[in-house]
Amino acid sequence: MASLRAVTGTVARVRDGWASAPGRVRWPVYALLVLGALILPADSIGSFMSPSSNWSDLLFFPIGGYILLAIGLNVVVGQAGLLDLGYVAFFAIGAYSMAVLGKLHGWDFWAIVPVGIVIAAASGVILGAPTLRLRGDYLAIVTLGFGEIIRIVAQNTDSIGGPNGISGIPHPPTLTEWAVPDVQPFSGLGLGGLQPFTYGALDSRPYYYLMLLAIIVVIVFVVRLNRSRVGRAWAAIREDEDAAELMGVPTFKFKLAAFAIGAAIGGLTGVIYGSQATSIIPKNFEFMVSALILAAVVLGGSGNLPGVILGAFLVAWLPERFRALNDYRVLFFGLALVVMMALRPEGLLPSRRRKAELQEGTGGMGGLGAEVAGPDGDPHEAKAEVTG
Amino acid sequence: MQNFLDQFWPSTVDGLSLGAIYALVALGYTMVYGVLRLINFAHSEIFMIGTFAVVGAVEALGINSPVGTLALIGLIVVLAVVAAVAAGGSAVLLELVAYRPLRRSGGSRLAALISAIGASLFLQQLFAIVVIPRFFDRPLAGGHLPVQSNDFTDPVNLFSIGSVDFRSDKVIIFVGALLMMVALDQFVSRTRLGRGIRATAQDPETAVLMGVNIDRIVMATFALGGAMAGVAAALYMMRFEETVYTVGFLLGIKAFTAAVLGGIGNLRGALIGGMALGLLEMYGSSIFGAEWRDVVAFSVLVLVLMFRPTGILGESLQRARA
Repeated sequence: MASLRAVTGTVARVRDGWASAPGRVRWPVYALLVLGALILPADSIGSFMSPSSNWSDLLFFPIGGYILLAIGLNVVVGQAGLLDLGYVAFFAIGAYSMAVLGKLHGWDFWAIVPVGIVIAAASGVILGAPTLRLRGDYLAIVTLGFGEIIRIVAQNTDSIGGPNGISGIPHPPTLTEWAVPDVQPFSGLGLGGLQPFTYGALDSRPYYYLMLLAIIVVIVFVVRLNRSRVGRAWAAIREDEDAAELMGVPTFKFKLAAFAIGAAIGGLTGVIYGSQATSIIPKNFEFMVSALILAAVVLGGSGNLPGVILGAFLVAWLPERFRALNDYRVLFFGLALVVMMALRPEGLLPSRRRKAELQEGTGGMGGLGAEVAGPDGDPHEAKAEVTG
Repeated sequence: MQNFLDQFWPSTVDGLSLGAIYALVALGYTMVYGVLRLINFAHSEIFMIGTFAVVGAVEALGINSPVGTLALIGLIVVLAVVAAVAAGGSAVLLELVAYRPLRRSGGSRLAALISAIGASLFLQQLFAIVVIPRFFDRPLAGGHLPVQSNDFTDPVNLFSIGSVDFRSDKVIIFVGALLMMVALDQFVSRTRLGRGIRATAQDPETAVLMGVNIDRIVMATFALGGAMAGVAAALYMMRFEETVYTVGFLLGIKAFTAAVLGGIGNLRGALIGGMALGLLEMYGSSIFGAEWRDVVAFSVLVLVLMFRPTGILGESLQRARA
């Protein structure tokens, strides 16, 4: 226990230092992170990270896909404080946009990306407009219902393949045949000869780079947004919606915006996923995906981007890494969620702002109705006793 | 539409017996939500445990041929008690392991929901990998395949009104569920423990100050809700005679929908919501076809919440929160 506390203490100190670090420290670190992400598909890394399955396949989906989905859901859950249990619906809408427009209408991938995003965002608005006036828990159940409706409609509509889905979805067109030269250091990493802009059926590394590009663009967008008036409005809504409304924040408009932006990111992920998958079936978009993405957001630290990315990575990677445990991996995953929430309910890397909210009250989502700890006194004191 | 008119009365009978099961499961969601403001996602697995308890009990009693209607009523009472004990016990265990530590540390409701999803996954896999292969070994069936119970009911037509038949199993489900509802309603409104539950639902802090032992109340809430899911499981098994480790998932979502439809936190609302949902599903499938049943159910939920956000009866176990 003592070593664990030492680790969390170090992490906290590093994060405090990072928060006040100047730009000349930050930019090199960002550059290093991107460089690390670029060489991530190397075989030497893959042999350790996933001995039993194709590492670059994993990197594209589920790892990359889950990270992008988690960033999108984090806008809704972590930043605006709205509970969405049907996020997979927007992912499905994006993937089906790619499949229908690409295969049945012969559109180009790069034309489908903006259209898919707009369709997903529009469906977010259509779902959000009537339901966002409801309180949190009702929103949760309505979004859950919406997720199921989308899946069942796809399953029952024969013109989009019914339960067999759509196969033969076209890949993105090749941008350039340029290949990474097969010399050191690239050949040592196992990246020599890679054609990063040629989207074929076999190599998933080009798709991984495509996903990486999307993730970086979305991160920049979301971070800028969070530091703007919109982000401050979301924080106000999350902490106390009534107070925000009284202070002149048009809460409904901002909640709808959060919903639409989250949906757009989900749709983008779907389009990219569909372009690689060649075939999609309604079964790919079951409730379990929504649950896993939400678990990733909360596990990592709702509202904090690095935490959310870490959470998504763990949720996608752990079950694949421990494939040897085969049947038992979902069992352990469920157990891990329960244990994790009991020991560290604020997530692995909690948002600094959220942490302050949690200490003050209930962190926007509200506490359990009967959290009063009885004779033990204040619940936070009780916690200090356990950990201290 | 013609199909709907032809099938109206048979659909009504089917809808009411289906709705009765929804309503019983919905009670567990609504009570826990009323007291803790928590969507107890693992409640569907409590129901699943109940169905397997029934399969085990039928086997242990050595019944492998259908029994007559009167004996069936007696048997159902026994099975309901067994399933209620198993499901209620599991629900209490779930509270102790998954939710109590969170309540103690003041975790957010979102954290509790994740814990519930984790517990739900864990219980499903526990049954699929460990419990079913070991205790419910059937030829051909691994842990992920459906498990048939020994055949113990042979539904007969009890009576007919006009051309509408009332089969014994459907009537027993409806009457049984109604009796349990009345019993629970009386328990919550008349006993000391029930008063504690209502007080906690209304205002936990004041309830504690008034000397209510909140841990006991929460435990009782889970035990009662779990027991109702167990009774529902016994009735469900009489009708369908087959279960699987994921049997609770869709049924659980529907039951929660029923609870919201009737007004969450409201016991009578769960009854109305369950019946309404069962009827709408059956009418919907006779109009649009059975494969659209779930879409009808969820669309109705969205519509009801848009025009009456607190459900049909409103919220009464707790004060309504904006």
